[in-house]
Amino acid sequence: MSDYMREGMRRPLSLRSNMQIAPMPESEAQALIERTVKMSKADSINVQIDDGTTTNLRFADNRVSTAGRVQDSSVVVVSAFGPKHAAVQTNDISDEGLRRAVAQSEALAKLAPDDPEAMPELGPQQYKSSDAYFTSTAEASADERARAAMTALQPARAAGDLKAAGYLEVRARAEAIGNSKGMFGYYPFTTANYTLTVRTADGTGSGWAGAEVNDWSRMDFAALGTHAVEKARASHSPVAVEPGHYTVVMEPQAVGDIVQLIGFYAGAREADEGRSPFVKAGGGNKIGMKVVDSRVSIISDPFDPDLRGQPFDGDGLPLGRQVWIENGVLKQLYYSRFWAKKQNTVATGAPSTFKMTGGTTSVDDMIKSTERGILLTRLWYLREVDPRTILYTGLTRDGTFLIENGKVTRAIKNFRFNDSPLFMLNNVEALGVPVRIGGTEAGGPIVVPAVKAKDFDFTSLSDAI
Amino acid sequence: MTNRRDFLKKSGTALGAFAALNQIPVLRPGAVPGFLHSGAPLAYIPTDDEINALMATALGAAKSAGASYSDVRIGRYQNNFVITREHQIVQVVDTDSMGAGVRALVDGTWGFAATRNLTSDSLAAAAREAVAIAKANRIAQDRPVVLAPTPVVQATWNNGFTKDPWDVPVEEKADLLIRANTEAMKAKNVRFVSSVMYFVKENRHFASTDGSVTNQTLVRSWVPMQITAISADQTDFQNRSNTVQPMGRGYEYVAEADIVNNARKWGEEASEKLTAKPVDVGRYDLVLHPSHLWLTIHESIAHPTELDRALGYEANYAGTSFASPPEKMLGKFRYGPEFMNIQGDRSQPGGCATIGYDDEGVKPEEFLIIKNGLINDYQTTREQANWLKWWYDSQGRPTRSHGCSNGDSWSSVQFQRMPNVSLLPGEKDLGWNDLIGATDRGIAIMGDGSFSIDQQRYNAQFGGQLFYEIKGGKIVGMLKDVAYQMRTPDFWNSMDMIGGRKSYMMGSAFFDGKGQPGQVNAVSHGCVPSRFRNINVINTGRKA
Repeated sequence: MSDYMREGMRRPLSLRSNMQIAPMPESEAQALIERTVKMSKADSINVQIDDGTTTNLRFADNRVSTAGRVQDSSVVVVSAFGPKHAAVQTNDISDEGLRRAVAQSEALAKLAPDDPEAMPELGPQQYKSSDAYFTSTAEASADERARAAMTALQPARAAGDLKAAGYLEVRARAEAIGNSKGMFGYYPFTTANYTLTVRTADGTGSGWAGAEVNDWSRMDFAALGTHAVEKARASHSPVAVEPGHYTVVMEPQAVGDIVQLIGFYAGAREADEGRSPFVKAGGGNKIGMKVVDSRVSIISDPFDPDLRGQPFDGDGLPLGRQVWIENGVLKQLYYSRFWAKKQNTVATGAPSTFKMTGGTTSVDDMIKSTERGILLTRLWYLREVDPRTILYTGLTRDGTFLIENGKVTRAIKNFRFNDSPLFMLNNVEALGVPVRIGGTEAGGPIVVPAVKAKDFDFTSLSDAI
Repeated sequence: MTNRRDFLKKSGTALGAFAALNQIPVLRPGAVPGFLHSGAPLAYIPTDDEINALMATALGAAKSAGASYSDVRIGRYQNNFVITREHQIVQVVDTDSMGAGVRALVDGTWGFAATRNLTSDSLAAAAREAVAIAKANRIAQDRPVVLAPTPVVQATWNNGFTKDPWDVPVEEKADLLIRANTEAMKAKNVRFVSSVMYFVKENRHFASTDGSVTNQTLVRSWVPMQITAISADQTDFQNRSNTVQPMGRGYEYVAEADIVNNARKWGEEASEKLTAKPVDVGRYDLVLHPSHLWLTIHESIAHPTELDRALGYEANYAGTSFASPPEKMLGKFRYGPEFMNIQGDRSQPGGCATIGYDDEGVKPEEFLIIKNGLINDYQTTREQANWLKWWYDSQGRPTRSHGCSNGDSWSSVQFQRMPNVSLLPGEKDLGWNDLIGATDRGIAIMGDGSFSIDQQRYNAQFGGQLFYEIKGGKIVGMLKDVAYQMRTPDFWNSMDMIGGRKSYMMGSAFFDGKGQPGQVNAVSHGCVPSRFRNINVINTGRKA
């Protein structure tokens, strides 16, 4: 546990007032779970808590639009009678509220059909802390948030020909899990997530920048502002280039947008059932087979200082460092506790973090080594086209540039692509240094490098800026 | 953004950055790690009188703290899920969440604060916090918010559901789903089925410093089902899903959907996809069924005509709109043919966006977004209506909100969300078979599938559930791996035939995403079968 958090816990209870800052402390979460367990008449009960405050500030068209603070708690109670179970969630965490949630989950569970896949609750587990809670973040004030927005609004207004739109979300929350077998886990965390779009006022250019940190003091708002402004100006008045297969230099955000999708298809069960991109011809799954370029590895690790994720999954399984793809070889798929038992292997836990390891090539060097290619800032509206290959469609956005003879030569119109992260990671030419990114659609702690890859498939042009 | 179907793990939680692994559709995009975001039977539900008193307390506190206008929403939001696969139950979930959100306008700047604690002290504290946030943000404001006038209302409303899903026992729901799964699995090669009953119940209270007070109740129902057929040699698998549209109705809708008797057919369709002919790329005339076309309308018409979006307020997330600026669009821009009329409303029975009063106390009206093929209006709230005053003045119409303000929970600040946006039927009494019969070389598409559109809503690509080759006015066989690519105005201007009133149907999304923090909105789109000429079709089948 971080020193910040210990400090936070010493706060007098009175700070948890009507609009408190800090999430429910560990001792209180544990006491709540113990109280709830005592109310249970079921064979077993599992209790999960999410508690805390989320603040946000939104601006667009060079003005603040909405801003707010939301304080909420939720408690999920899962009661089981043998193979029968049901879950009830409430945001009333008074003793009477908890009693009703327990009674309702027991009533539903008794009426539910038997679940032949029901697994018994885990016993006590050991969890390490991922040190994800920073008081600098939890205590960022409304004034500080407004000043952060001004780092983008001021230059955009002063320029006269730029429009800034952005969003800052600050979370100070705790997740806790416990059950009737004595398991208890607690994960306090803070995050600040900032994304910024700067457009030219005439609507012909658009640039984006974004980041996520656990520690507010490490967010460089001004630098992100400068970056988005530069992209907006550089992307001004794009020209059309024929769609087709191109070498691409993808900045980390663009890489994260498409590579994170692999996580949605990482279930061992679906592969074993014959309905996944990781089905082995003739049956079974592809664990142990090469699936992408040998320079690519993908891991999850809540204790990585760049990730600081939740150290347990929804069943309470402890999460550690897990290698999914190593040097291009599929090393592991997600095994739920049920599927692991059925296949006589070990449950992996559902990972809370994502990290793709990289190389040392800078984006500049990737550009320099490219005779003709396309530089991508980020990808947008990615949707599954074919689950058999993780083929997705989507578009480039907020800074798409032509590379000719080792130089960025002009802004070009956006493309629609139809491609797969598996195809792309088989076509890797160079990898950059991995960094935490803040703008993927699925969210969560994710660290990826810039990638240069050949033969990315752009299928049509978009007039969108 | 559209009905992004997030996934939640069976026993609930912590999918985080890596994985969303079970085929169980759910709740909120961007939910914090840790299960359902909103939430089981609450210990004490305040009476209507108590709620009105709490709301008055909040409004009073906001006024005293310096708000020129304030509104407060106290809501109870319940979900019920019964989740099955094949012949067994997966999970039963009940969620229940109640709280209050207070919005305050100070010197033309908004602040918002929400709390789950329904006490006078907490409501007053939230109101003061909303005012404090508004004050802090004045430095970032460059021109004040002004609200269009709206009549003061005191009203109660419900969406007309006749059977409350909460009154139906869980074993009855589970039995129906598992029987449907069993029927689907009788089809050849069908190996897996997942099915869910998903119900939403909302009790929404609203009060504003203008004097309006409303109390509304609505229920929505959905039965998502996914049927998977796998070829005997495991070289191919095909899914059939999106079989029953979500509706703003009660359990009576589930009964009417007759999933047990229909499941066999859906299973056979999944199976037939395994042996369907891969499509040849090229240009085809497309005959689109309402079960498919609703989503194309949603993405390429309903989103681009959100006024906040058109004016840049969604630039950092969902994007802007090609249908901008309004001065160059209204009454001028040809979206489609003369016979194309697109209506916004929140009044169609069963519509997912149907409501009596919006989250600003405005009674929504029916309005034509596209009239005789030209852009005629945008979706608005009280703040936004003023931005189009010049247009309404020129048309001799009053400047007032269309009633499109919505927050997806007590904890979410309300903003402009889509009403039901529908393609009105043609004058001729044509139906699905008439359109196919009039088509020489084309593809008929049923059901919504893959969808993606750019941030200004120009370039879109849509898949579907079922694709049939049309030759000489007849369906000659099933196709697979079909997607069409389009540029919005070109696409709609290629529409040359539409069905009549009898062929009108609604399709819906439970999870239309917009805003930061992300909010979901349920919305329906009515439409008729329609034909589009010479559309670019690609083949999406690819070998790894």
